Amino acid sequence: MTTITADTASAPAPGEAEFSRRRATWKAFRALLLRDLTVLDRDLKEFLPNTLMQPVMLVFVFTFVFPRIGQGIGGEGNVGRFSTLLLGGMVAQSIIFQGLFRVALPLSRELDITNELEDRVLAPTTIGTIAMEKVVAGSLQSLFAGLIVFPVAAFLPDAPIYLNAHWPVLLTITPLACYTSAALGLTIGTRMEPRLVPLLAGFIALPLGFFGAIFYTWDALTPIPWLKWLVLVNPLVYMSEGFRAGLSIGVVHMPLPAIYGPLLGFAILLTWLGITGFKKRVLG
Amino acid sequence: MNSTPKPSDARTSVLSPGVGEVIRTAGLTKIYRSEGRDRAREIVAVDHLDLTVRKGEIFGLLGPNGAGKTTTVGMLTTRVLPTAGQALVNGVDVMADAPAAKQFIGVVHQVNTLDRSLTAWENLYFHGRYYGMGARDAREAADRLLERFRLAHRARAEVRHLSGGMAQRLMVARAVLHRPAVLFLDEPTAGLDPQSRLALWEIVGELHAEGQTILLTTHYMEEADRFCDRVAIMDHGRILALGTPAALKRSASDGRGPATNAKAWLARLRALERTRGESFEGDVFDRAGVDTALVDVIAAADRHGLRLDDLRGEVTLEHVFINLTGRDLRE
Repeated sequence: MTTITADTASAPAPGEAEFSRRRATWKAFRALLLRDLTVLDRDLKEFLPNTLMQPVMLVFVFTFVFPRIGQGIGGEGNVGRFSTLLLGGMVAQSIIFQGLFRVALPLSRELDITNELEDRVLAPTTIGTIAMEKVVAGSLQSLFAGLIVFPVAAFLPDAPIYLNAHWPVLLTITPLACYTSAALGLTIGTRMEPRLVPLLAGFIALPLGFFGAIFYTWDALTPIPWLKWLVLVNPLVYMSEGFRAGLSIGVVHMPLPAIYGPLLGFAILLTWLGITGFKKRVLG
Repeated sequence: MNSTPKPSDARTSVLSPGVGEVIRTAGLTKIYRSEGRDRAREIVAVDHLDLTVRKGEIFGLLGPNGAGKTTTVGMLTTRVLPTAGQALVNGVDVMADAPAAKQFIGVVHQVNTLDRSLTAWENLYFHGRYYGMGARDAREAADRLLERFRLAHRARAEVRHLSGGMAQRLMVARAVLHRPAVLFLDEPTAGLDPQSRLALWEIVGELHAEGQTILLTTHYMEEADRFCDRVAIMDHGRILALGTPAALKRSASDGRGPATNAKAWLARLRALERTRGESFEGDVFDRAGVDTALVDVIAAADRHGLRLDDLRGEVTLEHVFINLTGRDLRE
């Protein structure tokens, strides 16, 4: 191999001031986040109904329609208990779906079809930072989605009686659930074949939702042992159980270590899968 | 994190930036490995490339499809990881310290990579912010560049409502907003109408006059000839010829293209000897790239007292290109 030496004395200096990687990374990160929140603000008129639609429908069907047509979900005279059960599941579901969709869908499009991400990928920071910004932006959108679902609880019959916030749990499970959801979005958005991503709702969201312990507690699956164990691969199960633990008393939930442990595991695994997936997509 | 660029152990060359150089590569190589059905295939996209781009020049990278131009630009812009070798941009190793190298790079891609969720103005503003500019600086830069690139009237327009030429100008504006040491233009005029193409070259000319170093890839030989200070003709991942367009044309004038033309002219002139009396007007005569056959043409014309009109046997960059890369279709 050739060895090239040249006059280094008058070589161009790399920038007038010493390039501070940490400062450049922070500035780029902040700007990328600002960009994503600007876009969210612009999309608010779609974001709000999109986020509220499912919880409102769930509440209407489960706590208004079903009791009136004799569909005894939650047990006779147990509507209030069922409502509190449902609230935790609804918050968890809104969080996971917004994290998943708000990260995976634009990312897949921008990486594959429109190449829009190009300019952001060239920002003077590491590729890992750019991927992490997506997770943070997704987490914030998830959090926002979770927060706007709470007012729906006002329409839950008897729910306030059963609601009793367990703050240490609520304040830790919320960021963890938001983060995990956005990391799931990064993983799906970078690792799922782009032509399949539009089918995300059917392939991923439906099984996640139906087997995510939203309208039943995980413990209630005891009569079907194989299903009870199978749904443990679904991160939404731990989120729903976690929010039930954080929001209400009187509803059975998994022991806290069995919620936090797997959820933390999912967060780490999905971050790793997402970042390596992102690198694979943007670096040739 | 370490802020000093450090060549990895795998590389045996020691590369230091030379005087007045913005880009320097040594042994830069990219091999793509694809797992075929029966066996793994290796494609050498760029093969031990040694390239130097000087400060302030417009450097053209020419080559047929699949020659390795885009991969080369990809490696220089930190987007493609080299298999071997090294590349420095403004003295920073693109592999060892990509974040630092990226601040010196501005890129205009062949396809529209504008952020469709943002307006034209926001595309510039956020770009400035990504590169560490404060809000006020980024705002001012966005305003100034929209004005300069004749896009101010479309500041609030959504990107998808911009015409191809406008989108291209906006991409150039965005790429130079953070004052990069080198501007990469990948097939910048592909698919543009003549007016937009003209406008783009006007802008490139202005940037060049201000001292902006530009590396461009193109298929349009006449554009490379007119606007590039130096060109490299690339094929199969290697550089086949490098120099000023004039030098390349001179060196190729011994070749087949123009000589054939000159010989044809000579034959015609000899035929004319027998049919004197026709009128020959005009005196447009270009001695550039004259080879022996051409000299004969001139001598013959002189002998017969003919004035040459429109003697076209001039070597173009396209002749040089075809001579070097062949006529076969690549795809």
